[in-house]
Amino acid sequence: MALLEVRGLQAQYGWTKVLHGIDFDVQEGGITTILGANGAGKTTTLRAVCGMVRTSGDIRFAGNRIAGRSTEDVVRLGIAHAPEGRGTFVNLTVEENLRLGAYVRGGGADVTRDLERVYGYFPVLAQRKKQTGGTLSGGEQQMLAVARALMLRPRLLLLDEPSLGLAPLVVREIFRIVQTINREERVSVLLVEQNASVALGLANHAYLMETGRVVTSGPAAELRQNDAIRRAYLGY
Amino acid sequence: MEIFFQQVVSGLATGGIYGSVALALVMIYQATDVVNYAQGEMAMFSTYLAWTLLNAGVPYWWAFFGTLVISFVGGVLLERIVIRPVENKPILTIVIVCIGLLVILNSVAGWIYSYIQKPFPSPFPPKPIILGTVVFGTHDLGAIGVTLVVLAFLYAFFRFTTLGLAMRAAAQNPMSSRLCGIRVGWMLAIGWGLAAMVGAVAGMMVAPIVFLDPNMMAGILIYAFASATLGGFTSPGGAVLGGLIVGVIENLVGTYVHFIGTELKLTVALALILIVLVFKPSGLFGRAAVHRV
Repeated sequence: MALLEVRGLQAQYGWTKVLHGIDFDVQEGGITTILGANGAGKTTTLRAVCGMVRTSGDIRFAGNRIAGRSTEDVVRLGIAHAPEGRGTFVNLTVEENLRLGAYVRGGGADVTRDLERVYGYFPVLAQRKKQTGGTLSGGEQQMLAVARALMLRPRLLLLDEPSLGLAPLVVREIFRIVQTINREERVSVLLVEQNASVALGLANHAYLMETGRVVTSGPAAELRQNDAIRRAYLGY
Repeated sequence: MEIFFQQVVSGLATGGIYGSVALALVMIYQATDVVNYAQGEMAMFSTYLAWTLLNAGVPYWWAFFGTLVISFVGGVLLERIVIRPVENKPILTIVIVCIGLLVILNSVAGWIYSYIQKPFPSPFPPKPIILGTVVFGTHDLGAIGVTLVVLAFLYAFFRFTTLGLAMRAAAQNPMSSRLCGIRVGWMLAIGWGLAAMVGAVAGMMVAPIVFLDPNMMAGILIYAFASATLGGFTSPGGAVLGGLIVGVIENLVGTYVHFIGTELKLTVALALILIVLVFKPSGLFGRAAVHRV
């Protein structure tokens, strides 16, 4: 049984339907990626999992139906979401941002230990822990978003285009850390990306979306060999 | 010179009151991004509750803390029942709802308790402290002390507790807060509850000076707006200090600028609001939001 199972998921904003019944799975302990161009419905898919948009269809997490639940409740089940736009609390310090990630776990020594742990992954955040979030660079804010999500000790980590607007070196750094986290802490990852080459290098399994539908899916290694995908998304 | 010092001292005394109402305004503003025009009337209503308890023979400090608890619950309920339905509406809608709340609370208080002024006791001894030629009222000193204690309590709450941090987060970025599992609606309600509590303290400190009646907070609310604007709507400490400054300026200008006297004192507060908004809109201690684009 997959950790996250999505069947016939539909979503709309007002009268505009954005997802037309999509199916996908995220395997426990794996990295799954959803690829697609702007407007394909990738971000909406993540928002639907977190109860941030009105949906119909079935979403199961560890076997339990979560469709229709509030965002706050979904988070309590162990799904952390580093959202589009990074969601930084710009007037709070880096450390306060991180503590908020652990909000549902209460305070205590546990949280302090986890702060040290994420500072270990992202040393630059440790240097900046007294600065307000709004003063960080784009790359640092993306690291903060991933680090804040980790503070939940999630079973499933949702990442919304972590590479957007960042320099290639920074992107590589962030993806390396995501891979480490996945391997060492057994956190399953659902990664939404436009940058197909980086995402396919990282993921075990991939889905390709176009205008609200899943058009292709398969093991990431296979999709890398797919001629259509290579031409459209990888550019060689 | 003696007149000068005496005016400064009594300015600080009234300023402490302005500061505590300003503190309540800042509380709601920080927790919910709304300026609560009904704050003064909520404080007045709480003071009537305290009066009812005192009249029933409850000892002063029991009545004081009992009123704080009831006010907290009342503030939470007001938010849930009156503000919640318009939470996501434009800011103007919320402002109008607050003004409606102001009128309703005022009329209901008048209906229950009548518009006749009532004396309200002070918990502090009536004997003034005299230093040289300057007279310090014990109630005035006590009121400033109480305001500072409330300020310290709030500072510690917002700075050092997880709930305080979650409330600041919810006010700033509701979407991100939900993704952290924070129940944003309840944070707003707790913000209203805390502000109602702070307002209740202010009301119980004002009433011994101005007497208790449904309109007692009307003028004070305007001074409180001036204080919060001067100190900065994002800074609780600034609001209290702003209150003290407004109190002193009001008294000195009233004494030394002859055409102002006591009649035009309130105008000083309004002029101050205007000057601050033109030259330093974030106030003395407030901060303009830092954004990196």
